Amino acid sequence: MTNQRNARFGFWRGVFYLLLGVGLVLTVMRFTQGLGSVTNLSDRYPWGLWVGFDLLCGVGLAAGGFVLTATVYIFNIQRYKPIVRPAVLTAFLGYVMVVTALLFDLGKPWNIWHPIVMGNPTSVMFEVALCVMSYTAVLALEFSGMVFERVGWKRAWKIQKAVTVPLVIFGVVLSTFHQSSLGTLYLIVPGKLHALWYTPVLPIVFFVSSAMVGLAMVIVESHLSARAFGRQLEMPLLSDLGRVLAAVLGVYLVLRVFDLVYRGAAGMAFGFTYEAMLFQLEFAVGLLLPLALLLIPRVRANTHGLYGSALLVVLGFIVHRLNVSITGFEGAQGGRYIPSLGEALITLMMIAIGFAAFRFCVRTFNVYPEEAHEPVLAPARVAAEAPAAVLGRAQR
Amino acid sequence: MSSKEPTGLLFDMVECIGCRNCVKACMEIHGFAGDPEEATTLSATCYTTMAVEDDYPIRNMCRHCQSPSCVSVCPVGALQRTEEGPVVYDASRCIGCRYCMVACPFNIPRYEWDKAVPAVRKCDMCIDRQREGKKPACAEACPKGATVFGTRKELLAEAWKRIKKNPRDYYPHVYGEHELGGTSVLFLAPHEVASLGYKASLGNEPLPRLTWQVLSKLPGVGVVSAATLMAIWWITRRRDEVALAEGRVGGNGRARHEERN
Repeated sequence: MTNQRNARFGFWRGVFYLLLGVGLVLTVMRFTQGLGSVTNLSDRYPWGLWVGFDLLCGVGLAAGGFVLTATVYIFNIQRYKPIVRPAVLTAFLGYVMVVTALLFDLGKPWNIWHPIVMGNPTSVMFEVALCVMSYTAVLALEFSGMVFERVGWKRAWKIQKAVTVPLVIFGVVLSTFHQSSLGTLYLIVPGKLHALWYTPVLPIVFFVSSAMVGLAMVIVESHLSARAFGRQLEMPLLSDLGRVLAAVLGVYLVLRVFDLVYRGAAGMAFGFTYEAMLFQLEFAVGLLLPLALLLIPRVRANTHGLYGSALLVVLGFIVHRLNVSITGFEGAQGGRYIPSLGEALITLMMIAIGFAAFRFCVRTFNVYPEEAHEPVLAPARVAAEAPAAVLGRAQR
Repeated sequence: MSSKEPTGLLFDMVECIGCRNCVKACMEIHGFAGDPEEATTLSATCYTTMAVEDDYPIRNMCRHCQSPSCVSVCPVGALQRTEEGPVVYDASRCIGCRYCMVACPFNIPRYEWDKAVPAVRKCDMCIDRQREGKKPACAEACPKGATVFGTRKELLAEAWKRIKKNPRDYYPHVYGEHELGGTSVLFLAPHEVASLGYKASLGNEPLPRLTWQVLSKLPGVGVVSAATLMAIWWITRRRDEVALAEGRVGGNGRARHEERN
């Protein structure tokens, strides 16, 4: 058993270092030879995988943070408290990854601070930039409680706890802004984005879908960490979350269908055009199927059923955002954009670093308060993996 | 000094003989190497093109919109519409987000994909020459009256004069007069422009309005959502306090005062 686990871990560690190595070479190429040397971006497709996936999906996938903090601290539904910390951690790391990905994608990333002093108030991008910066700071503060607690800074920890509620409110407002604004970004291209996806209510679609995928990601993340860290699943809690997720999926479905019918675009959804098939994938596999599954109590109560449904929601969400940002443009722009191997590898490297950082945080900080006393982790392995600086602290 | 009449260019497809002197002049003035004959798509080293399709010379270049999408979407104001009319770009402000390229309804801005320090590139209607009192290079190079420089007002009058004078040669529409709120580069054509490869179904409403309709509501959304959240927080907390005071510890797992961390 232990051997098997070690072998599996060894494999993933190998993958991690491989991605890191290749990623570093690609990084050097990208910053010395320009974006064209690594990416398939072009004048026709100035935005590709890094904007469509790393940014648009990344920000949505990290929405579990604002959804759960609001649930526990604003709506005062305390029984979700055990899963707030991992959600905040996921959100914080997610936003750090988004900003890092942005440093790769921006042509002149050393100017990333320009929006603060040169802001153009008519630009959605300016608004998104400010909100993402501020919200990353808010998440850092929300996360800092775990750090203060770990290093034993009692005063700082108390102050952090005292400002939690205003912080959460600020964070939820900022999230409402920029989650919807990622959709607003595309309001200016009615002539380019396919009618299946271009709609004046894109901001609302993006906001609702972020809440939806935020919930799904909390379920996915719980399952992954249960497997990785040998934890017990908070199954009754997660099943409950599955029910909430079904409700949000319902709202999202009504919104999308009503919008398509109202604009007279519903007819395009049927048939076998390129766009119609992408839409069907998004709608049938990523929306109707998980909604149907989650409406069945037995599926919600089943570990695999719940996890599978949540994964489908994540898939549907990703397909929708890629349709809005990439494939929905292909009809008007002509040709196809397919990400280069380099773009894909850098994205994978970012994800791998995210997983590693999550793992490191779980082992260093008290991310799962309920199980803090269970000696699930073999101390020897922790010592082998934790960087030397925190070695002493990693073992309790 | 009173604000100047904004300038523009008129391209008359009927007068054009397809000599490509305009393209050549543009390349020369910017120091771009390249064959004007083969310049059929815009690039970071080619700001105007002439593609001959079915004997019709199709010129492409920045339209210098009166309500430019690129200017409205730029997060750092690197793109600006000048008082003189041209839409210009300041590379020192640019962060390289390329939203201008995505937003441009005419797909004009190009990027330096192969440079470590890249910039957005497009026609600036020779703003420096204009400020020296000269015409844009393409207009100066035109041997016929096909590319004409002037104030937008003068050009519109000239365009309609040409249509009225030769109603058989011209399709009675000045492309750019009203499209998307009007552009500074105007086109005269023998047929409807859509049949000649120009984007025609753009409507007359400036696109930045679509964004502003939403963006301008955000402060209100912010105030309302913050107030709502505070109200919900107060109510849910109060409910638990009352429950505690009355001796029924909050049901539904809501024992707030048992906070663990």
